[in-house]
Amino acid sequence: MSKRIDVENLNVYYGDFLAVQDVSMNIEPRSVTAFIGPSGCGKSTFLRTLNRMHEVIPGAYAQGKVLLDGDDLYGKGVDPVTVRSMVGMVFQRPNPFPTMSIRDNVLAGVKLNNKRISSKDADDLVESSLRGANLWNEVKDRLDKPGSGLSGGQQQRLCIARAIAVKPDVILMDEPCSALDPISTLAIEDLINEIKTDYTVVIVTHNMQQASRVSDKTAFFNIEGTGKPGRLIEYAPTTDIFNNPQKKDTEDYVSGRFG
Amino acid sequence: MSTTISAQKPGTRQSSAGRAGDSVFSGLSLAAGILIFAVLAAVALFLLLQALPTFAAPAEEITGGQGFFHYIWPLIVGTLIAAVIALLIATPVGILVALYISHYAPAKVSKPVGYVIDLLAAIPSVIYGAWGATVLAPALVPLYNWLAENLGFIPIFDGPASQTGKTMLTAGIVLAIMILPIITSMSREIFTQTPKLHEEAALALGATRWEMIRMSVLPFARPGIISSIMLALGRALGETMAVALVLSSGPMIASLIKSGNQTIAAEIALNFPEAYGLRLSELIAAGLVLFLITLVVNMIARAIIARYKEFSGAN
Repeated sequence: MSKRIDVENLNVYYGDFLAVQDVSMNIEPRSVTAFIGPSGCGKSTFLRTLNRMHEVIPGAYAQGKVLLDGDDLYGKGVDPVTVRSMVGMVFQRPNPFPTMSIRDNVLAGVKLNNKRISSKDADDLVESSLRGANLWNEVKDRLDKPGSGLSGGQQQRLCIARAIAVKPDVILMDEPCSALDPISTLAIEDLINEIKTDYTVVIVTHNMQQASRVSDKTAFFNIEGTGKPGRLIEYAPTTDIFNNPQKKDTEDYVSGRFG
Repeated sequence: MSTTISAQKPGTRQSSAGRAGDSVFSGLSLAAGILIFAVLAAVALFLLLQALPTFAAPAEEITGGQGFFHYIWPLIVGTLIAAVIALLIATPVGILVALYISHYAPAKVSKPVGYVIDLLAAIPSVIYGAWGATVLAPALVPLYNWLAENLGFIPIFDGPASQTGKTMLTAGIVLAIMILPIITSMSREIFTQTPKLHEEAALALGATRWEMIRMSVLPFARPGIISSIMLALGRALGETMAVALVLSSGPMIASLIKSGNQTIAAEIALNFPEAYGLRLSELIAAGLVLFLITLVVNMIARAIIARYKEFSGAN
């Protein structure tokens, strides 16, 4: 289930523009890793290279290696579609498919990879995924209602249920709480703590309290100025990043003395 | 600077000029709304009053001698057949072209293709009619012969095929080309408006590009696609010149590759100049029927769109 990620000397380009420069890092399985840093520092871009979602933007490409348990995601003949079914993603704004019911939303990814799923198996998978996302009790009576009728926080948990229904090895979260109220945020953070027993979780966040609450290790990204590439400044256990940072930039950022 | 000004005269500008503008604008838009209703009512009233003599006249005085229903029935069927052929061809082609422009073609190709499609809409219908009658119809004769020989057992391809090619099928094909830009440009517009979020949601689950289109683009665009089809259907039902020029009309027959059949709009156009008295009233009654058909089509379209409302993402 859960796999380790090793990134070696990764450069990410948008056309001619070098967006992220020379990132190397090892992410342990069954852990939560947080990416923090100022806006535009390339942390989201880097996150997206972990499941090749950056390729959706025309002209974007990456050089270097991203190894998932030793298999290079950028190797010859590797289909990004396969990569994305192994590395799931939750986005900044909740994005359940508006035309699908809650049940169909959970099954959306499964039906892509495994068209024939018996209705009994589908029921079980819907229940286990929604339970896994702490949403089952709230929606079990209205599985046939549209997913867009839920509250923002519920929608985001529905998206997490949809991601874990595919049984990926890694779950990437791109600022999953930035559009949510504090109570929904707490629910998502609790959920992250629960799912890390089964998955490798990587989360981008602007909220440093959140990073310190949910993550085991934290990576700080920074950018020297506009037009310059983002770089990985420091990557260490979360307690070290926040209490005993080794780099001056990190210390300035986590203590709020930035810029 | 601006803060000091607004502090000196709080809200002065808004209360005088702003409110006068508001009332002028609301008056104008109300007038425009009333005008639409007035025009619609006037047209409906004209059709009804002018058509009345037809409904009152004895059956044997109506063209064909067996009453208005007997006269109008083949025309309704002909109108619907032509429109259905056009939609059957134009809908899949139009949607595929729109998808190609919005999601497959590189930017360098998609722009010119889009312009060409829009250009199709700018060609006057009489030119389509002339082209259909002189170029397309003769070119289709071999195909019709083949259809009659090999698929003649199907009633719609019953032979012998027309040797001029001026048949219902030709008229339908010309109509299809005419309504193609309506479907394509509206669908393209809607496809490009699909929220990136939904497209990425599908891709992040491991969807291929086609699966992404099926999961996020098409469901999002469905009401828009239906609207575009209904608009196109409206044009196909009412199109006059192209059908009048292309179709060699005649009594109602099942075969689409023989000359025969007629649509309401072409029937009115071809006969109107020489019509007077009861005949004129008949043609106007036929117009009333066409009006009602279009109205029903639009209402069905609204009903279909409303059914998907809950799942449209608007909530």
